[in-house]
Amino acid sequence: MKPRQKRALYIVVALAAVGLAVMLVLNALKDNVSLYFTPTQVYNKEAPQGRSFRIGGLVEEGSMKREGDGLTVHFVITDLKKSLPVVYRGILPDLFKEGKGVVAQGKMEADGVMHAAEVLAKHDENYMPPEAADALKKAGTAASSPASAPAVK
Amino acid sequence: MAINWFKYSAPTTFYGLAGKLIPWFAISSVILCAIALYIGFAVAPMDATQGQFYRIIFIHVPTSIISMFLYLVMAGYAALGLIFNTRLSSMMASAVAPTGALFAFISLWTGALWGKPMWGAWWVWDARLTSELILLFLYLGFIALHASIDDPRRADRAAALLAIVGSVNVPIIYFSVKWWNTLHQGSTIKYSGTSMHIAMQQAMFTMLVACWLYAIAVTLMRVRSIILERERHTKWIAQLAEVK
Repeated sequence: MKPRQKRALYIVVALAAVGLAVMLVLNALKDNVSLYFTPTQVYNKEAPQGRSFRIGGLVEEGSMKREGDGLTVHFVITDLKKSLPVVYRGILPDLFKEGKGVVAQGKMEADGVMHAAEVLAKHDENYMPPEAADALKKAGTAASSPASAPAVK
Repeated sequence: MAINWFKYSAPTTFYGLAGKLIPWFAISSVILCAIALYIGFAVAPMDATQGQFYRIIFIHVPTSIISMFLYLVMAGYAALGLIFNTRLSSMMASAVAPTGALFAFISLWTGALWGKPMWGAWWVWDARLTSELILLFLYLGFIALHASIDDPRRADRAAALLAIVGSVNVPIIYFSVKWWNTLHQGSTIKYSGTSMHIAMQQAMFTMLVACWLYAIAVTLMRVRSIILERERHTKWIAQLAEVK
């Protein structure tokens, strides 16, 4: 084996070893790397108890209610299997909409409601002009398009 | 006739070739960039949910792709430098790094500018954003490590190792939105096709090519300076017209 072939082999082996190590570490830290838990995970008690965490999903259609003060909002986050009520006091991001993705950070209180300290809107991967979106909506597929649902893992 | 594959791996011959190529890459990059900005801001329609804000993707997506691609190019040159012991490969790796860092920074910066109005946060520690930030730090680490060792050939080898090990991060950035729950959205353009408006695609791809050509032009300019600096004691440099 020529020295240069040996060096190439070393590099390939080293890269494979580092790649494998990183893969194992990331696999072990899977739950910590994910930004949020889904409602199903919360129901399965996979989410941390008694401390703040993030929950992500879609804002359930027709679930959004504002209180009289105009700031406090109630809505339900769903992953289309389970859903979870959230209450939040503050200004919502522009993209926040029923049927769209959302990530809320807060604590589950005894009443089974998440009291969110922060609400972020999650944009889906669809980019289209308003006319196209209207046409889709007329066809009845825009809001419930499965592409905008978060993956349940 | 046997092709001499190694002809342009000598700094002596590559210096002249790079000088001839730079204007072509630079001019076509400027033209394509102008076309991409025109399509992106004047032709492409606004987005149904994001209004005009979405137009930042015409900068954000191409710079992000190029920042990842340049890292692989840099690691590839670094590996070539280690394997074949060619000076020019290591010089190319050093020449790519600052441009890669620039693109990674632009990608993070434009993402933050978009994130505030759309998500409601400048920054979140999700897998996509964090791994892209690590990419920026890998570039900066490569530059810093190279600069901290006085002997250029030893610096090449040490930095090459960092570059090669760090390339593990690139697939992590790419697949992060698939592997984990992230706030960052998944890819719009997939192998199975896309629902994206055609003018939006044109603007994005034109800008991608423009960024790529820009990266090539700037890297060639930088590698010429590196050649001049490192080979300054050689005869052929002393005889160069621009040095005399």
